[in-house]
Parts: sequence; structure tokens; C-alpha cells
Amino acid sequence: MKIMVAIKRVVDYAVKIRVKPNKTGVETQNVKMSMNPFCEIALEEALRMKESGLASEVVAVSMGPAQCIDTLRTGLAMGADRGIHVESTEALFPLSVAKLLRALVEVEKPGLLILGKQAIDDDCNQTGQMVAGLLNWPQGTFASKVVLDKEKQVLTVDREVDGGLETLFLDLPAVITTDLRLNQPRYATLPNIMKAKSKIIKKYTPKDLNVEIKPDFEVVQVTEPPKRKGGIIVSSVDELIDKLKNEARVI
Amino acid sequence: MASIAVIRALRRRMSSTSSISPSRSISTLVLGEFEGGRIKPSCLSAVEAAKSLGKDNSISMLLAGSGSSLREAAAMAASLHPSVSEVLVADSDMFAHPLAEPWAKLIHLAQQKGSYSHVIASSGSFGKNIFPRAAALLDVSPITDVVEISDSHLFVRPIYAGNALSTVRYTGAGPCMLTIRSTSFPASTIIDDSKSNEAPISQVDLSTFNEESVGKSRFVKLASQATERPDLGNARVVVTGGRALKTAENFKMIEKLAEKLGAAVGATRAAVDAGYVPNDLQVGQTGKIVAPELYMAFGVSGAIQHLAGMKDSKVIVAVNKDADAPIFQVADYGLVGDLFEVIPELLEKLPEKK
Repeated sequence: MKIMVAIKRVVDYAVKIRVKPNKTGVETQNVKMSMNPFCEIALEEALRMKESGLASEVVAVSMGPAQCIDTLRTGLAMGADRGIHVESTEALFPLSVAKLLRALVEVEKPGLLILGKQAIDDDCNQTGQMVAGLLNWPQGTFASKVVLDKEKQVLTVDREVDGGLETLFLDLPAVITTDLRLNQPRYATLPNIMKAKSKIIKKYTPKDLNVEIKPDFEVVQVTEPPKRKGGIIVSSVDELIDKLKNEARVI
Repeated sequence: MASIAVIRALRRRMSSTSSISPSRSISTLVLGEFEGGRIKPSCLSAVEAAKSLGKDNSISMLLAGSGSSLREAAAMAASLHPSVSEVLVADSDMFAHPLAEPWAKLIHLAQQKGSYSHVIASSGSFGKNIFPRAAALLDVSPITDVVEISDSHLFVRPIYAGNALSTVRYTGAGPCMLTIRSTSFPASTIIDDSKSNEAPISQVDLSTFNEESVGKSRFVKLASQATERPDLGNARVVVTGGRALKTAENFKMIEKLAEKLGAAVGATRAAVDAGYVPNDLQVGQTGKIVAPELYMAFGVSGAIQHLAGMKDSKVIVAVNKDADAPIFQVADYGLVGDLFEVIPELLEKLPEKK
């Protein structure tokens, strides 16, 4: 079985982002970019499945500008067998990405598609569900544990839901989106980073895949959230209780 | 029934030709959620959000499930608010569990029949799982986690873990699909006991329900964290502990304090990963988003991912040994000190909850 993993290049999670003064977006020039943390977890899970003999090949896919190649190289250095880059200079939103992924699934015919549960830039949490709907495959979102029964072609997925943990059985082929607790992604070692340089990255454009990119919404402006006004430091528990009782009136 | 659908379809066609006319008619389908026969508070928030789309919004609520719990919930939904004009009920074992495949198909079916201008769900794990799938079936982009509705097609949503706010205009021809952040639309609606405004309840015709995707996923079990404390998402007071608690045993101090305040317990990712508490207590970008009246953070440094989940709280209190911890930048009241001394003192000196 082949596993396809979608990975996204985003502003590094530790960067304190700045909104552009002209309110058109967030400053991404000269800002450290990395693989979305949830995508790292998705790739790690695919690699572990391959290492335990449950999958034959792991294909990493990324979409966007030319710099996505760097993110794909990171994925290849972690252990993905090959990469696919769908190059687009236009902004891609989840519905387009889902359609592009569907087109790639038709080419590559993977038995399992793994994505992160959300990208930490747009915080959408949509792409995995959308591609599952378009493919009419079952979905296991917010997965914190995945067990594959190769013989029966069934996945057992533990999902993190409000109020607890839900367990589902999914028939393959299926779509999984990963939650933080699924695994601890590995680091790419130097020899593997060197090896990754010779691995193949195939390039497509949305046109090659017969997908038309037409957003059905527009971003009017991006602003900074209202700042909280500075608070005070109290010196004792008594003062704290007094403030909460008499000033804030919350207890 | 059929004639209503025709009128709605006509309205839609008319409204799509006059695209920016403010007088266009709005009809909204709200995805209903219930538990034990009662509509969930997050669902009341979705109705609240639907109301703010426009004055003449006729709201239909879609409920699915089976048995008496569904009937009770439908009766409650019918008298929920005067603006709820119709309750749609899909009664089938297919909806006994929150599986995305049948539910997304159901929303697709209801939308095709009712031609609503808007479809709304609250962005809990249920809505987040189902809604994008339904949107893909309808070929529209959903707008996630809306915190403000400016007009019927203009919405504000946080991006980058709440560090920026994006204003988005929906321009598509299909229905406008929103998941809303329930803490941003506090439900003021109280159930109307007079029953004078009771909305009609009608069954969704499932005869055309396409079942090809149903059965590919099967529900096994739900391991719920039974708790008597208030629900984290809706609590008036939240007490949160971080890594500094050091052990699961010590975390019980947080629970004790929460009990005294009638508060819900929250945790940071570090505390969850260390195994002090189950992960459904995590507050933050990847956990729950809360906005209580009082948020008390003990031994929490204040990473941006955590702040994303709580910085809309009305009053924030931080207790931390490290005076430079970023949490103090958002706290209204900060106390620099050892939580192992502060919490016992608080427990002793706090007034009993009413």
C-alpha cells in the first residue's frame, strides 16, 4: 500500500507574527518558515507504518510557490520516498488544495491519505475533511492513535473529541488527519538530509491536474487583534482576593 | 412543504442576481446538537449568530438521531426562540453516532431541498469534523471559527493562533457556510415556556438518501471523561494548571481550587503531555477556546498557542514564579510567587461559592 502525505509550508510556530501595515496580510518576507507541525506528525505516522511493513511507499505532497521544495526536502530527509510539488503562485485555499489532492490521488492511487488536522497559519481545519468528501472516502479526523489491520484493510482510529476519546473503524482507502498526540516526529539526520537531495520531486501545475483555482471568498483585510490593556502585579494573596472581589467583581 | 422549497429556490435565484442588495432575503440552516434530549448551549450560540445575519432571517434547525432523545430535543428546538421557524428532523440509526459520512450527506440533502442562503454550525469537534466535508459536497468554501458577523456575507475570523484577525467576504454562488466560535456569540435566548411561538417540526425525507458512503466508517466507542464540574467551553470561571504543577498528584490542587470556585479545570499542552490530566482539558490553539469571566492560570508561562485559547477571557489572573513569564503581559492581575504556597492560601482565604 502506498501512503500519500500532504505537507504545508507555514510561518514557523515559534515566530511572533506581524500584521502588514497596509492590512493585506501577515508579514512573510524574511520570516522563518517551516513544515506545519501537524504535517510533521502526519509524515511521521506514515513513516512508522512503512517501517512496520504496513506500507510500501510514502509520497509527500506540497502545494504553493517554488519554496515549497524546501519543505518537501525536509520531508524527504525525514524518510519520505519521493515528493510531488504542485506549483502555484496564486494563493491556494482548502477547497482548491482538496481538489488538487483528489486529482493526485487519481494519479497515484494511494491506499491512505494522511494530513495534519489544521495548518497553524490559516487555522482552517478543513482540507482533510474536504478531500475525504470529494473522494467519498471515510475520514478519521483529529487522530491520536491509528492501528492498521492489513489483512482486513481496516483502520482503527482513536479521535480526540470534545469530552473524550472516540474510536472508529474505517475501511480503506481512507483519510486521516492528525492531532498533536499521535506521535513525536523524528529529526532529519545529516546523512539523511544529504540523501534527500537525490530523491525525486515531481512537479505539476493545477492546469496539468485539470483543477481550476477560483476562490469563492476574498480577504478584505487583516488586522491586529485588540490589545489587552496592561494589568497590575499584586503583592499578596489577600490583595488578589480583594481585587477580584471588589474591583473586578468576579468572585 | 414543497411550495416553501420553491419559494426559497426563487428567492435564492433572485438574490444571486442582485448580489450586494442589502434587502436580499436570508434563510439559515443551523446544525443542531443535542445531548440527552437537550439542545447544547453551543447550538444556542449558533442560533444567536444566525440572528445577527439579518432581521428577516428565517432559521431552520436540523436535528438528526433516533428515539426519544431526538423527539425531546426537537420539541425543545421548536420553542427555543421565535426566530426558529422550522425544525427539521432526520430520524435514522445512521445518525445515532456523529459519523461524518452520513451527517455530511444529510446537510447536503437538506441544503438541496431548502436552498438556504446560510448554513451554520458551532465549531466544536462535531461541527469541525462534519462541516468541511458537507461544504466540499456542495462545492463551497466554509468559513471556520467566525468570531464576528459584520453583514450577511462579511465575517471576521482569527488566524495565526489568534494573533491576527482576518475579515473575509464570501463571494461564492452556493450557500454561505460558517462555523462560529460559540464564546463570541453568547446565547441570551431563554427557552420560551409559553409555547406560543412553537415552530413546526417536519421530518426530512430520507428516501433519496444516498448511502454509498455510509458503512465505510463504523462507531466503536466513546471514552468520555465523566466530570461533575462545569463544561470547560461554557464555564464562568476556569482554573488552569501548567507544567509547574510537576505531577498529576499536585494537579489535584487545581481541581480543589476549581471546586471551591465552581470552576472548570483547564490545562496547558505541557501538563497534558506530561500526563497530569486528560487531553480534552487542553486550552489553546489546538485544544479548547474559552472566554470565561475569570481565567486563573497557575504555573502557565503563556506560549502563543495557549494564549490563543484564553485571551478573550474577561479577567485573567496569573500566578507564576517567573516575573518575566509572557502570561503577565495579558494578565489583569499577576502574582509573582510559588503556586505551591499561593494555592493553599487561596483555598483557605477564598469565600465559599454561592
